[in-house]
Amino acid sequence: MKAPSAWLLALLLVAPAAHAATGGGPPPPTPTSGFTNPKEDARYHALLKNLRCLVCQNESLQDSQAGLAQDLRREVREQMRAGKSNPDIVKYLVSRYGDFVLYRPPLMGTTYLLWFGPFLVLIAGIVALFVLLRRRTRRPDPDPLPAPERRRLAALLREREEGSKR
Amino acid sequence: MVRYLVPLGVFAMLVALLAVGLRHDPRKIPSPLIGKPAPEFSLPALTDPARRITRADLLGKVTLFNVWASWCVSCRDEAKVLDGLAKSRVVPIYGLNYKDRRAAALEWLKVFGDPYVANAFDREGQVAINWGVYGVPETFVVDAKGIIRYKQIGPITPQVLKDTILPLVRRLQQEARRR
Repeated sequence: MKAPSAWLLALLLVAPAAHAATGGGPPPPTPTSGFTNPKEDARYHALLKNLRCLVCQNESLQDSQAGLAQDLRREVREQMRAGKSNPDIVKYLVSRYGDFVLYRPPLMGTTYLLWFGPFLVLIAGIVALFVLLRRRTRRPDPDPLPAPERRRLAALLREREEGSKR
Repeated sequence: MVRYLVPLGVFAMLVALLAVGLRHDPRKIPSPLIGKPAPEFSLPALTDPARRITRADLLGKVTLFNVWASWCVSCRDEAKVLDGLAKSRVVPIYGLNYKDRRAAALEWLKVFGDPYVANAFDREGQVAINWGVYGVPETFVVDAKGIIRYKQIGPITPQVLKDTILPLVRRLQQEARRR
């Protein structure tokens, strides 16, 4: 019994390492901007972080290795080199791919619920809690102790108190 | 009674919300270009690098603008549908050959059929970005004035052709004739 469990333990310890060696994949290389000016480089990466890759939809353009993401990064670089401002570049991508490319959807009619929904739910929860608590404190005790038992309880408590004093 | 109905109501609303969410395909992102003029482009033709294909080639008639590549597997299924459509001569099909090698693309046309009036060769995929393409195949229906009226994301199946694209093409052709 001892030997198999030791084997299992060894396997468990080795398995994650083996996974990292084979299937884990290389760490995603941060896309190089090619901008020598550190300010421009920072601007480039800040832009990419807020833009969504359309193929692997939970990754930003900064992180994605998809072919389309690489092409879109090139597009952003070229537009920066052409002297376009951040809002210009974002506006261009939105005009082609829709608000979906933005990680931060704009505040408008169709997104009010998205932006304020969580706060509404929070407020509803607070109101519900408040109402419930008030109702509970106001409601008379539905099952009060009968008088003889109440007297007995008081006597017991007194006795205990005296006992602890001694 | 109310204390049971309220949670039940909340639960029913949640189920309805999630049911709608499940039916919605998150991979299909509606194009903001629908109803807008097709973006300008000028690219070498696939068959003849000296010739240029531009937006002007699409004007004056209703056209399909089909984005494809030889490395795209679902384009093979679509090729049969497009071939049939080309033979029916209902609507001219223009192609945007996306991020491909010229030789591979020409070979593909020989194997799977060539339904295209002309193909623009978009080696770097830059024109595709300008058209808001994010996968292949995609197909745009462009009206006679060069306005994008519909975008099919993914292959055109016989079903999509019959139910969506052909009725739209006929409507747009009538619209163009009336003007």
